[in-house]
Parts: sequence; structure tokens; C-alpha cells
Amino acid sequence: MADDLKVFRTWSSPFALRIIWALQLKGLEYETIFEDLSQKSPLLLQYNPTYKKVPVLVHNGKPISESLVILEYIEETWNQNPLLPEDPYERAKARFWAKFVDEKLLQSVIDVLVTEGNKQEEAVPRAKENLKYIEEELKGNKFFGGATIGFTDIALGWTARWLPIIEEVTGIKLIEADTFPRISEWMQNFCDVPVIKANWPPYDKMVTKVQGTREKCLAPKGTN
Amino acid sequence: MASSDVKVLGAGPSPYVNRVQIALNLKSVDYEFLEEKFGSKSELLLKSNPVHKKIPVMIHGGKPICESLIIVQYIDEVWTDGPSILPSDPYDRAMARFWAAYVDDKWWPTLRGLRSAEGEEAKAAALEQVKEGMVLLEDAFTKCGKGKDFFGGDTIGYLDIAFGSFLGWVRTTEKMADIKLIDEAKTPGLFGWAERFGSNAAVKDVIPETDKLVELVKMMAAKPKA
Repeated sequence: MADDLKVFRTWSSPFALRIIWALQLKGLEYETIFEDLSQKSPLLLQYNPTYKKVPVLVHNGKPISESLVILEYIEETWNQNPLLPEDPYERAKARFWAKFVDEKLLQSVIDVLVTEGNKQEEAVPRAKENLKYIEEELKGNKFFGGATIGFTDIALGWTARWLPIIEEVTGIKLIEADTFPRISEWMQNFCDVPVIKANWPPYDKMVTKVQGTREKCLAPKGTN
Repeated sequence: MASSDVKVLGAGPSPYVNRVQIALNLKSVDYEFLEEKFGSKSELLLKSNPVHKKIPVMIHGGKPICESLIIVQYIDEVWTDGPSILPSDPYDRAMARFWAAYVDDKWWPTLRGLRSAEGEEAKAAALEQVKEGMVLLEDAFTKCGKGKDFFGGDTIGYLDIAFGSFLGWVRTTEKMADIKLIDEAKTPGLFGWAERFGSNAAVKDVIPETDKLVELVKMMAAKPKA
């Protein structure tokens, strides 16, 4: 029986992109359902009642939510082009860094985007400190996954597109080639991967959206 | 029998540390427990977990592994002789991981929120949130456990460990706030599960006694704020 795969996503969600990348890297066919989060579909609410978010992967009618959980599921269900190494210690490291991206790096980068003045001045070194950990971890490798992209690269991947956009919108340089040579090279290599290149959302549309997010967060709160 | 060269850096009252201990016990793996003193971080901890500087850290053959649930998965993947911690079916594994992440990301913060809430209104609102989470977890227990003793089925599994490690703190909160969080009537599945989990050989000497945790909370509250 052919697998029935559906991905619920938005055009701009970096978390949903992870799933698209993983499915395409494994050569899997799937149907895409684009959601408008201001008007969530009944199906989305049915498939992800806990969080009501994207992405959701539905495999033969069974839904899985939370992008890193979905990635592990895809990895365990389809063995071609493995995304995780075989060695348990290396797997633990891959998971550790993916978690670091989501729990530490992401928020610190968002903080730079949505603040200004003193708050932003404090946010920038925090983001850079987190990026430094990534820089150190890259060591001599082309990708975290080695010669080809893997679990950690996929988790970190959004930075390759979103960081330059955030830099453009805020006017703040986070990745300088001389202070982050490995990340800089990693970003170029990552963006050269055909599956990655083929799936970025439109650049200008993303800039507008990121700009909008910044403006919305900085807008003075209404007074009662 | 030779030590399997496993060290655990931790502290007794930490549910995250307890997770690692329970997993190692399930696999019958001997380990050396290196207790971190409250309020200070050892050289070994800082060296082994420079990014987060937190416990637990498991050191196996000199190599550090950090983050409690990542350590539990590592334990499951290395010691394949013992009972499996994660289920074998990929969808069941995904459900276990999903709910474990829910416990960490959503449910535990509501329990912490309840303990720190001040004033009747805030306490009531916080309690409501915890109870909503309990209902979801009761439902997860039904779906994942499929009528068996544990979330993992016949034996303790990943989600049992992830959620069960908080039982000491659940009981402590129940005692100190004089409320019932795991209610026999409202969450009958969890009620039975909690008894079975807490009394399991791999668990019973790991999760601290409620009285000790209550004492710890009182002691910490009495400390002058820095």
C-alpha cells in the first residue's frame, strides 16, 4: 500500500520547512496543505488539538506534531538517506544541538529582532554567544551530519535564510565572516544543497513578514 | 562485577536527574553518583556541560551526555540487553516523544506556576491550568498505555520516566497546597499508574520522599533572598 503523507504548513514557517526538507531528502511523495493561522482549518485543529500549530505530518491518517518529533519519526520510518548517525553518542550530540537551536538560539535571535535601544544592545551579545557554540561545534566539518546534511543541519537550517533577513531588517550584523568563518561557510554549503535551494519561501515576501513582526512587537502598547 | 564506567552528575531532588537514574536502573547498569552541592557547580560539571552548566550529565567512558531525555534515549540505544525504554513502533515512539516534550515544555511550567502563584485568584487560575494538563495526560495514558499498567505498556517506558520523575514534586505540591492533582475520580488512569510507577523497583529508591521535598521547599523559602 502506498504511503499517504500530508504536511500541514504555512508558507513561512521555518519549522515546517524542516519537514519538507526531510521528506524530500528521503525521496518521499506528500501532499501539502497550506494553513492560514488566523483561520485554522478544522483538520488542523483535529490533528493537533494540543498546540493547534504547524507543522503536522499525517501518515496514513495518523498525525504527528512538533517538528523535531516529526523528524525522528520520518527517520525511523524510512531508512534511506539517514539523517541521524548510527553511533549512540553521535546521535545524542545531534539531538543535543537540535534542542539547543530550539531552546536557546532561536529565542536569542528573536530577541534581537523584536527589541531596540538598550534591550537590543543586550540581546545581540547573547545571540552571538549562542552562535559561538554552534561555530565551535562545526569543527572541521562541512555539515553537522558530515559530508551530507543531517538532523542538526535541518534543525539549524532556518538560520541560513532568516539570519541574513534579520540582519537586513535590524541593520545589525550577527554573522561576520571573520568572527564566524565556519558558520558562514556552513550557510553557503547548506544553501547549495538542491533540496534546500528549491524550497525557500520567496525572499522579498519573507523580508516583509520579518519586518512586520519587528514593527508589531515594537509598536507602543495601546493605552486603556 | 566491574563498573560499567558510568557516572551521573546530579542531585537527588532533581526530577531530571531522577530520569537518568530510573533509566539506568531499568537496564541494571551500575553507576557512580556524583552529588552536586546545592548552590555551587563542580569543575567536572562545568567541563562536561559548558553550554548549559546544568545537571544531569551522564559520563560514559569519559564522554559526557547532557539533557535528561537525550540521556534516556542514549541509555536505551546503548544497553540493548535490558527492557526497551522507547516503544518499538515508530508512531508509538513519536507519541511518547510528543507527550514527554509536552510535559517539559507545557505541563511542568504550569506546576511551577502553581507553586509560585500568590493570592487566591492567581492560585485558582494556576491550579486550573495544571488540572487541564492532567486531563490531557490522562487521555495520553489511555491512548499510549492501551489499557496496560504504564504509558509504555507492560513495562516502564520513556513517557513513564519523563512524567513520573515529577511525581515527587506533584505529591509535594498536593501536600503543601492541600489539593489533589492526581485524583482517583477525575484521573483514574493516572491514579493507578502513579502507585505502580512509584512502587516499581527501578523507581522507589530514586524519587525522594515527599516529606523530604517539603522540608527542602521550606528550607529554600527560608533562605534570605540574595
